[in-house]
Amino acid sequence: MTRALRRPVFLIGFVITFALFAVALLSLVWTPFPPTRMQIVQRLKAPLESGLLGTDQFGRDVASMLMVGAWNSLSTSILAVALGASVGTAIGVFVAMRRGWLELVIMRGCDIVFAVPPILSAMMLGAFIGSGRFTAIIAIAVFMVPVFARLTLGAALQIWTRDYVTAATGMGRPKGRITLAHILPNISNQIIVQVTIQLGLAILTEAGLSFLGLGMSPPAPTWGRMLADSQTFLGQAPWLALLPGLAIALAVLGLNMLGDGLRDLLDPRDNS
Amino acid sequence: MISIILRRVLSLVITLLVVSLLIFVIMDLLPGDPATIMLGTSASPETLAALQKQLGLDQPLPVRYLAWLAGVFRGDLGQSYTYGVPVAGLIAERLAVTLPLALMAIVLSVAIAIPLGVQAARRHNGVFDFVAGLFSYISIAVPAFWVGLLLIILFSTMLGWMPAGGFPGWDAGLFGGLQALLMPAVALALPQAGVLTRVARASVLEVMNEDFVRTARAKGLSDGIAIWRHAVPNALVPVFTMLGLQFTFLIAGAVLVENVFNLPGLGRLAYQALSQRDIIVMQDVVLFFSGLVILMNFLVDLAYLVIDPRLRAGAQ
Repeated sequence: MTRALRRPVFLIGFVITFALFAVALLSLVWTPFPPTRMQIVQRLKAPLESGLLGTDQFGRDVASMLMVGAWNSLSTSILAVALGASVGTAIGVFVAMRRGWLELVIMRGCDIVFAVPPILSAMMLGAFIGSGRFTAIIAIAVFMVPVFARLTLGAALQIWTRDYVTAATGMGRPKGRITLAHILPNISNQIIVQVTIQLGLAILTEAGLSFLGLGMSPPAPTWGRMLADSQTFLGQAPWLALLPGLAIALAVLGLNMLGDGLRDLLDPRDNS
Repeated sequence: MISIILRRVLSLVITLLVVSLLIFVIMDLLPGDPATIMLGTSASPETLAALQKQLGLDQPLPVRYLAWLAGVFRGDLGQSYTYGVPVAGLIAERLAVTLPLALMAIVLSVAIAIPLGVQAARRHNGVFDFVAGLFSYISIAVPAFWVGLLLIILFSTMLGWMPAGGFPGWDAGLFGGLQALLMPAVALALPQAGVLTRVARASVLEVMNEDFVRTARAKGLSDGIAIWRHAVPNALVPVFTMLGLQFTFLIAGAVLVENVFNLPGLGRLAYQALSQRDIIVMQDVVLFFSGLVILMNFLVDLAYLVIDPRLRAGAQ
């Protein structure tokens, strides 16, 4: 813990991420105003003129929308990363167990999936099954699968060469059991770090998808759609473009710093 | 060397074929029929059947795939439903915007990242290193399309120096075109520059203490020359690897940035195709982008072989 306190990157990342989660959770029970309440008389008011952060073109309270947006963005991203990380990790450790031609096929497959940016797969999905939260989650998750498959395959292969794993194999333990008992626990740190960093990337991607209208359907406020809506009022109400972007950047910055900090902290080789 | 390249080309071709097949199959598996999506639910059964026939949807999947593939080799990607013109022509036309945009962004990001990364490595743990680190943290976290909005607010609405969007076309002169692409390219380059700065810094740091750099210093070269002439070229390999890996994100960013700046590029084409339900255009653009990413990674792979003789030996 004292080691954690001495690391500013980890600390800043932790504080920002904690604040993000706190605001997102708070929005479930309390926001200054109902985020979808329109008051046309109060439209396009600057920050502090009406509410803490002003109002949008329909007179909705920007602070409340940002808070609910934090929850929408975070919950979508968490679901997407959870899905992508579990499928990717399962593939990675399974391939590490079997090796052979499967490894080659899966790795080429990863290259291929990785070649389609989530924005484009969301567009394809959106055309057929309609856009919405589900489409966004699937598109982001599909992109995360190769990231985690590659990471866990590489990490798991290293663990498979360790003496204690060789010993377990020699004792006749089935490979599946070894994977659960030895491989997964030993690569969990790397998975945790990657989950944190990919969560940041997921938030960034989700914002992009909502910006294009491929995210959660209105009237649910999302940071991306707030930015898209702000485009018409850049001259009149620049804060509408500033604030949601700032929220996205801060959230991603926090998660990236937390991930980097965790990587340093969890690295057993580094005890400085 | 030739045999290695041939093997890589073969694997590239196979990968591209698999990608095209995958996208084809996935599009087929997804619920909904392209003809119905394109026409909407109110279309008469006759129009629907006619379009299905025109799209070849009455044929089984393998036949359609092979027909499409044969078309690709002839340079025929099918007809756009909304524009009524060949998709290949549409893509070529839009590529004239997206390609220069992507190139400008790549050049800009490298031009920012390498000096920044190298200086950060030289002033390791100093103030400059700290500032460069801060820069990369922040630039990685900001969405490119938001940077685009900020640039419009600052340079277009407040200062009035730059056009807020749109593209005059290359016929209107090189300057007008480049000017229209400048802000989008900066927006696109910034996140990339953050990633590349980190990689450049780390790889220069690693190379800086190698024997050959020490030798260069020992023979009397100044610090700067020893680093720029000996350390930096060796540190470039990881930077270019990252550039290849980041290409997917560059394309994703281009789709968004083109929409912010109203640029008639490929990303905007894909987006318009989505809203107009022009499935054929979308499928072709997605395939084209994926192919581009794979090709880019292939070129990076090849570039290694040229840059680094050790890899050539290793591959044999």
